Amino acid sequence: MSTLIKLESDRAVLALDPFVYVPDEAEVPAGGDIIVSLSRLVSEGDALLGAGRRVGVRLQPSEAVEDLAYDLPRLAVVELAFAKFRDGRPYSSARVLRGRLNYRGELRAVGDVLREQALHMVRCGFDAFEPADGSTPDQWLAAAHRYRHVYQRAADDRQPIFVERDLNASGLGHNRPDEVGA
Amino acid sequence: MYRYDDLDRQMLTDRSNEFRLQAERRLSGDITEDQFKPLRLMNGLYLQLHAYMLRIAIPYGTLNTAQLRRLAWVASTYDKGYGHFTTRTNLQLHWIKLRDAPDILDSLAEVGLHAIQTSGNCIRNVTADPYAGATADEIDDPRVWAEVIRQWSTVHPEFSYLPRKFKIAVTAAEKDRAAIRSYDIGLHVRRTREGELSFEVLVGGGQGRTPYLAKTIREHLPAGRLLSYLDAILRVYNRQSRRDNIHKQRIKILVATLGVEEFTRRVEAEWALNDGADIDLPDTELARIRANFRPLAFEPQPAKSQAFEAAKAADAEFARFTRRNVHAHKVPGQTPGDATSEQMQVIADLADAYSQGEVRVNYTQNLVLPHVKLADVPAVYARLKEAGLATANIDLITDIIACPGLDYCTLANARAIPVAQAIARRFADPERAEAIGELPIKISGCINACGHHHLGAIGILGVDKKGEEYYQLSLGGSGGDDASLASILGPAVSANQTPDAIEALVETYLVHRQEGERFLDTVRRTGLQPFKEAVYVDAH
Repeated sequence: MSTLIKLESDRAVLALDPFVYVPDEAEVPAGGDIIVSLSRLVSEGDALLGAGRRVGVRLQPSEAVEDLAYDLPRLAVVELAFAKFRDGRPYSSARVLRGRLNYRGELRAVGDVLREQALHMVRCGFDAFEPADGSTPDQWLAAAHRYRHVYQRAADDRQPIFVERDLNASGLGHNRPDEVGA
Repeated sequence: MYRYDDLDRQMLTDRSNEFRLQAERRLSGDITEDQFKPLRLMNGLYLQLHAYMLRIAIPYGTLNTAQLRRLAWVASTYDKGYGHFTTRTNLQLHWIKLRDAPDILDSLAEVGLHAIQTSGNCIRNVTADPYAGATADEIDDPRVWAEVIRQWSTVHPEFSYLPRKFKIAVTAAEKDRAAIRSYDIGLHVRRTREGELSFEVLVGGGQGRTPYLAKTIREHLPAGRLLSYLDAILRVYNRQSRRDNIHKQRIKILVATLGVEEFTRRVEAEWALNDGADIDLPDTELARIRANFRPLAFEPQPAKSQAFEAAKAADAEFARFTRRNVHAHKVPGQTPGDATSEQMQVIADLADAYSQGEVRVNYTQNLVLPHVKLADVPAVYARLKEAGLATANIDLITDIIACPGLDYCTLANARAIPVAQAIARRFADPERAEAIGELPIKISGCINACGHHHLGAIGILGVDKKGEEYYQLSLGGSGGDDASLASILGPAVSANQTPDAIEALVETYLVHRQEGERFLDTVRRTGLQPFKEAVYVDAH
């Protein structure tokens, strides 16, 4: 079992991972919680899910989260793999999973998962992380909160700057524009 | 001009603090160069031949004088006392040390400047019509929308690790001065028959090794729905573009592969599902941004100024300056786009005195003083001339666009600046240049086309032939509203032959031109044949 960083409200904690990832070429172990590939889920899903264990899935960047729609309510965890940290497809997958498919379960970032991308992952709806760079929960949380403000709504609950401005304008804040460089 | 409020400025501060941490992690070896590279690129730092290059954003090409003075100060404090204004209205400093970069970014943030997303595979800083807010033929101020896009795209959680770079340009005038058809997304503000503001949305333009002109995917997008529509385009691109071959990862390739109809269908399907209410700005915020661009207060001026007419009558050189530069004041010189710290200070002084404290940078690498009274033009001219900034050559053969080329850039195959200089010397006689008329020459040192050679009436592309610099000529390109891509004339010529070849092209044009034709018009009418004959006869 490997270690995971999990977000719990405004904290980040280290958690033991009860799930085991089973590669396609390996046999499914007799008991315990497992994570399988999309193709295995498609071919063996009903049998696996009916066996009294928790089942999760790991999607590669090219695989569409929409293909999970039918199984989603029965999945205990969804993992989105970052093949390389520069491959930004999992961010869109996460947004669709949270926003469009209404997935509320655990959403994990696995693969080439690095602290410098923590903000983007958290904002796109990931709430569990397997950092490849040995980041601690404190480091992870700090990296995800380097900005006091954000310019857009995303899958987290942060209010964008244009909402803050509205609150300020209605007397709930004290923010005034002034001349740049004055 | 948009004024950053406390929230905008806290974003800049947080960004430079973040980059300081990232640079420290790199300098201490905590992260690898591979991991650091996209982080520094998204903060404008390239590793070039001799040093780091810092690309500073000048959003929609507008600067106030405090900002221009700060750029001058940064260039003399951390660089060699000059900067290079680029075709994307950025300022590049070419001799930067990594350990200075966080301090530079802090200093820029103090005046509301930054280098955020000026490079990297993300949504780059947005460009707009350089005459925005100061031209009579626009139906809206495109900078309002450029600023809307800037805020939405800054540190975007989903679209910061795209397959490739992504550039957006906005124009609101009938005449397209922002070259929007050569962008990943071009936005043309129009009014519907009912008078509603809307966007024509064009997608898939680009230069580089596979040039395409953008195609229209929507004729009338309601203006208030802009961001949700951009979100849909970006999501389709982020999810569906290739990622296995860096040369085939721009959105132009996805559009060309799917066909514009299928691409449009996918965008529209995504847009129908995305949550527009969460993405599109509320009207109050749109109004707030718009209020920042309120027209400046001008005293009414007579259409003619006696002082101006008298000065023109007395000084032929000044008269030529007013013919070419009456809207645009050229930063010259031998190297297109380069300006020293002292020249930046002069421009800032003039803008304070005569142009409401505002300066524009445009994609032809010129600086514009957008609000000068006619009566003040002689005084401005005198001061520019003193500083070596009064070249009367806007749009003429010597007003050349060039990338930094092999003198600075690791990607380049050939030098661009010496070729520009040689041509400028060849056509140095201002009367001859004026007789030749509008003839934009654009030079790129490699196929990445930073010098826009596909869009030059004459385009020049540097190529490497067995270790020697050669130049491939092409004719007939335009980045305006009559946009077209230039066609290759024939075999590349050597550096020495290039000025002769340009001369042969010009002479051929002068022989063939009909009343009122620009070089571009003549090429379009006659085709390449007469020009081919002239260049390759002379070259043998």
